[in-house]
Amino acid sequence: MFGLDLPLVWFILIAFLFAGYFLLEGFDFGVGILLPFVGRTEAKRSAMLRTIGPVWDGNEVWLITAGGALFAAFPEWYASMFSGFYLPLFLILLGLIVRIVGLEWRTKVDTDYWRAWCDRGIIVGSWLPPVLWGVAVANLIRGVPDNAGLVYPLLNPFGLLGGLALTAVFVLHGLTFLRLKTAGELRERAGALLTPVAALALILGGAFAVAAQFLYGKDWTWVATGLAAVGLLIGIFGALRGRDGIAFSATSIAVIAVTVLAFGAMFPMVWPGMDLWAAASSEYTLKFMTWSAILITPLVLLYQGWTYWVFRKRITAHTVSA
Amino acid sequence: MDIVDISRWQFGITTVYHFIFVPLTIGLAPMVALMQTMWAIKRDERWYRMSRFFGTVLLVNFAMGVATGIVQEFQFGMNWSEYSRMVGDVFGAPLALEGLIAFFMESVFLGLWIFGRGRIPVWLHTLSIWMVAIGVNISAYFIIVANSFMQHPVGAIYNPDTGRAELVDVVALLTNPTALAAFPHAVAGSFLTAGTFVLGIAGWWMIRDRAKAALHRGALKMGLWTTVLSSIAVAITGDIQAKLMFIQQPMKMASAESLCHTETDPWFSVLTIGTHNDCEAAKHLIEVPGVLSFLADGRFSGVTLQGVMDLQAQMEQLYGPGNYTPNLFVTYWSFRAMIGLMVGSLALAAIAWFFTRKNRLPEGRNAQIFNVACLAALPFPFLANSAGWIFTEMGRQPWVVHPNPNSVGDPRTEMIRMTVDMGVTDHAPVNVIISLIGFTVVYAALAVVWFYLIRRVVLAGPPVEVDADHPDYQASAEEALEPVRFSHNGAAEIEARAGTAASTAGGGSVALATKPSEHREPSEHREHRGGGGRHRVKEPTDRPSAERLTDPTANPTNPFPNNTEKES
Repeated sequence: MFGLDLPLVWFILIAFLFAGYFLLEGFDFGVGILLPFVGRTEAKRSAMLRTIGPVWDGNEVWLITAGGALFAAFPEWYASMFSGFYLPLFLILLGLIVRIVGLEWRTKVDTDYWRAWCDRGIIVGSWLPPVLWGVAVANLIRGVPDNAGLVYPLLNPFGLLGGLALTAVFVLHGLTFLRLKTAGELRERAGALLTPVAALALILGGAFAVAAQFLYGKDWTWVATGLAAVGLLIGIFGALRGRDGIAFSATSIAVIAVTVLAFGAMFPMVWPGMDLWAAASSEYTLKFMTWSAILITPLVLLYQGWTYWVFRKRITAHTVSA
Repeated sequence: MDIVDISRWQFGITTVYHFIFVPLTIGLAPMVALMQTMWAIKRDERWYRMSRFFGTVLLVNFAMGVATGIVQEFQFGMNWSEYSRMVGDVFGAPLALEGLIAFFMESVFLGLWIFGRGRIPVWLHTLSIWMVAIGVNISAYFIIVANSFMQHPVGAIYNPDTGRAELVDVVALLTNPTALAAFPHAVAGSFLTAGTFVLGIAGWWMIRDRAKAALHRGALKMGLWTTVLSSIAVAITGDIQAKLMFIQQPMKMASAESLCHTETDPWFSVLTIGTHNDCEAAKHLIEVPGVLSFLADGRFSGVTLQGVMDLQAQMEQLYGPGNYTPNLFVTYWSFRAMIGLMVGSLALAAIAWFFTRKNRLPEGRNAQIFNVACLAALPFPFLANSAGWIFTEMGRQPWVVHPNPNSVGDPRTEMIRMTVDMGVTDHAPVNVIISLIGFTVVYAALAVVWFYLIRRVVLAGPPVEVDADHPDYQASAEEALEPVRFSHNGAAEIEARAGTAASTAGGGSVALATKPSEHREPSEHREHRGGGGRHRVKEPTDRPSAERLTDPTANPTNPFPNNTEKES
């Protein structure tokens, strides 16, 4: 099709879907992790969850679509990776399940006891996926050990660093998102946490990016590593200076750059002994999928972007009323 | 229990769980959309209240549908990796399209519907619930296309070099006759579920709160029509499916009947005793002539049905030694349960029509009968849906990809077949046992909470009164607060005016207070509104509802004095 190397195109598309997932769900997870630290009162917690309320479900579909696209375009990779990362994926799924119901059901019963349980679900479900996705991605870059179906072979130093780094960057990303979407006391409280969160994100994210680049990177991934570093720094300084828009844009670029670095470092081996051409579907399927993606993806980006525009207002703890 | 059994149990449990919630969403979303459309066109506030009431049920249920569905997308690769390798080329495409086309549509527009009330114009808000309704039905189509490939593989050839099925004709895949029959059948079953639900709840409320019978009558009629029309659709589409099954999967047909030996015009057995998995021991007690022949081939006589024993021998010849017979006990009884359980919805429809025709309301003993019927009928369609899918899926055992009978002797396609034990991932059983226990326990706990929440919402009833001046009701996009400014000066301004900012209450659903407000600690967010919420779950005799309508303590700016509204 157009003389393109379709498996390579789809490798880039899968990276794009995961980048979208990490970009959009990244701040959702960040907000969930920050819930007990920023939301000291019920009004603040409601307001925090209001910032992601209308959009988190659509953000999560990026993962489901990435899973489906992986199945369609790279069945061998999908089968190897999902059976290979068995228990981590199981824990990710449990986290996602309790987070979904926590977010959706939180407003359905008006008691503190009920909300406390929903908050627990949201917090657990916001910690598990980023940590485990980080571990999984780091091991994909590094080369997956045997018995990866269990958790402990994956917890090698590089894998652990990946889990912590991704989580720390997501928390910073969630913090800049909160600063952008809130006003008043809530925004100040989020600002007060900026220094420790920024330090963690810089140290862990920086260490992981440098390690990935030096151990497994290519020449061209220096661009991604550099972008990730610049994004983190501008994000942190922008947030400290109160430039919310710039800060959030910068952390968004950092998250995307880290995803590009990960996929670039992985390239072209998607699993031990399997490169992406060996894992790909037939030409016909890839053609059909490419046309579908060309026709539908812009539309999805358009209406999803539009919902962000509809809910663009800042939220205060007062906005959320009885 | 070996790895195949554990994996099969896990897939069965998670899928049946998922399909408890799915039909209600697929059927209820269009019904809520229709209710809201009636309100948007006629501005009859009764429809507004009904759409809020059933919309809340829809949201509680939707969460469970999403939470149980997310596992399915990964489970193929986790537990069935050999199967995924073999058919991923074909099977992955509908799954990816489902995510790209349907899941994005339903989740994005659902967020817009929940939080956009009062923020976007009414027509756009109504359009967004329609998008959700269309999205959930599109997703049903794509996933059924994927499932139908497993039942009746088309549009693919086998590549001996890679050992995989490869897609060659996507149009054939998307117009698989199996899918075109199964999709309307599943959708009709979903509408039957939601129609029965709306009919039962509205009818129960009419008896419970006679003073407001007029409010629920519209929903009752909508539920009644939906139930009647969808049960006709279920019967027609089921008949079409049976005729396809007769041609495509004769073993499933024979198992549905526990028919051991090939017979011409066997009678349809209604009741059989004996151990079904030992063919000869089964005793047919009650039988009806003609039915089965018609089911299979549209004629009342002259139809030859193949028996389980003969098919087993045939398959051994074709595919080598092995047991190609499904669990006859399960197939026989799930088939009968699926058909028999429709009685619940039909009985309720008949009773409801009889008792409420010409704007009547049942009195005394009749009211009691109606009341019981409304609640008793609710579980029936859910069970029928489960039974139907259990029959469909267990009837193709031991195949995970059932061989297409047209492929026999065709070198390009005859290898597109796979038994379940060939498709499973070779995990250490302990891993799969961990996930099996984990999912089952978490789902069970959540299902209990789901039931508790639905019951709460239903008991709380529709919002008591509507203030037509409230922004929730008179949506206008102008009353938005401040747009985001990329500076905190703008944020400071907002904060300064936050105390006077218009409330943006009102997600798509109604939060329920548990205690009367006079006994509750006023919490921070309640203080500045001063609105008290009160919600009582009580017998209708507690206090006549007319009094509730003119409740002097109700906050005039709160459209739902009986419910406390909040947003997440």
